Amino acid sequence: MAYHSEKLINELNEKARQLRLDALKMIHERGQGHPGGSLSAAEIITALFFHHMRIEPSRSDWLERDRFILSKGHACAILYPALARRGYFPLEELSRWGHLGSFLQGHPDRLKTPGVEMTAGFLGHGLPIGAGLCLAARLKGLKYHTYILLGDGECQCGVLWEGAMTAAKYKLSNLTVIVDYNNVQLDGPVHEIMPLEPLVEKWKSFNFATLEIDGHNIGQVLDSLDMAKEIHSQPTVIIAHTTKGKGVSFMENKAEWHGLAPNDAQYAQAIAELKGKRRDD
Amino acid sequence: MTEKVSVRKAYGQTLAEHGAINPDVVVIVADVSSSVMTNYFAEKFPERFFNVGIQEAGMVDTAVGFALAGMVPFVNTFAGLFLRAVEQIRTCVAYARTNVKLVGSYAGLSDFKDGPTHHSIIDIAIMRSMPDMAVIVPADAIEVEKMVPAVAEYDGPVYLRISRTDMPVVFDEKHEVEIGKGVVVRDGSDVTLISNGIMVSRCVKAVELLADERIDAGVVNMHTLKPLDVSIIKQAAETGAIVTAEEHSIIGGLGSAVAEVLGAQCPVPLERVGIADTFTETALDPDSLLDHYGMAVEDIVKAARRATKRKRKNR
Repeated sequence: MAYHSEKLINELNEKARQLRLDALKMIHERGQGHPGGSLSAAEIITALFFHHMRIEPSRSDWLERDRFILSKGHACAILYPALARRGYFPLEELSRWGHLGSFLQGHPDRLKTPGVEMTAGFLGHGLPIGAGLCLAARLKGLKYHTYILLGDGECQCGVLWEGAMTAAKYKLSNLTVIVDYNNVQLDGPVHEIMPLEPLVEKWKSFNFATLEIDGHNIGQVLDSLDMAKEIHSQPTVIIAHTTKGKGVSFMENKAEWHGLAPNDAQYAQAIAELKGKRRDD
Repeated sequence: MTEKVSVRKAYGQTLAEHGAINPDVVVIVADVSSSVMTNYFAEKFPERFFNVGIQEAGMVDTAVGFALAGMVPFVNTFAGLFLRAVEQIRTCVAYARTNVKLVGSYAGLSDFKDGPTHHSIIDIAIMRSMPDMAVIVPADAIEVEKMVPAVAEYDGPVYLRISRTDMPVVFDEKHEVEIGKGVVVRDGSDVTLISNGIMVSRCVKAVELLADERIDAGVVNMHTLKPLDVSIIKQAAETGAIVTAEEHSIIGGLGSAVAEVLGAQCPVPLERVGIADTFTETALDPDSLLDHYGMAVEDIVKAARRATKRKRKNR
């Protein structure tokens, strides 16, 4: 497992903060979007796109590139700025998100947006699709690793567990699944709507290796991604404990911020809070 | 008696043969391999064969993953069971335009013995309504043999409908197919019978009976419902009357597709032979089931009579 320097971790924390600002700006400008689940995934997306994954934005058809699927596609407000800042397309395009004719759709579209590996929107697809990508890698002798980011509410979808069985049957060690476990879904707390616990045991019983981390601790995210690649006999799931709406006090842990855009005053407060958290201020 | 040949066996054997030609072809099945006869492929290419158990929705998504990696997945289950995966098919196959080949076997009433749960009478209506989805219904075993390689090499999502039954042979080895191009089986001057699947052979029989009544009927095999061969429908409309015949509900299938073209471009009397808007029943054999639900040769003859009569009235 690689050592991650404090400098790297500080840089990535700053990047995550920047992505949160981008996401809120996009959602505010558009008056639409999903802040809660975008903010909770900021460190996970940052760790993958700005350090861990083997990707080359200038060669998006590189056969050996690592694959990432945002199965919780509603969190695209955190993915799009990551793609832009990673060099897949100009940053200015973010302000055209959701406009007619923009290549940034309401949910990710693989045919329109550079860097988006797979279309998403309705939940549950990412894992079974990832299983296919991993089986194909094995057949073709390609060394890419596949990463699937799930929401916690998404773990209520039956088709996801169909994919989990396939991944386990074929011992797809080139698959890493990450659950953004922020405890809140559209209609309310996950444990009230449809409880998932014991979630780690569920994945274990589906023959996944399991890792549990604080999904806002960049160091833990990086370590767990490295550890998952060291497991060679089975697929891995990283249960990332997170906070819905992380970084904006009035959005944190609130179901109403699942799919709501802040008004001008709320936006100003949110930005102030996020900027106040800048480490070098 | 016309020779009958198993189309599912033709499918399975051709798929196995094509596996040798195209190393990117992979086969995925949901616990019905010996039924839909992908076992021929499994024996020949075990490393490219994946039985994922009874999980039709997950199976379609997993096929999407193969397609994203540049492979050509053939996804297999009963036609009726693909209904479980309609959202996967819409979102991840059609909308995402992944190169997935969906093969719906035991289609129409061909699984006569298992009853209406297993009869697939609305699959075409659903698949045809999806943008970018090619929909293909072969007429006999020869056409299946010709179609499998064409489907594999076609760039984009395809729904291929395969019957469980042994179907009467319509074509010989010289038969050529092109996805999106209808086939004139026989020219006629009074009425044109447009059909696909097993109903093509029944239309050919109807032509003989109609000849006795001095009705000269043509037959078009519309093996591809989408992309639809509009020009062959317009050509058929020049006979002044059309009958469609399909092993499917008359809502949303071939009859509807033809009606859409006729209504907009060349209105002529149209009679639709197919399953009325109803669920079917179990039977002891497929032919009597087709006959019972309005797809007998005599039903085609009656429809042709009605269509030609309406044509004369209009003049």
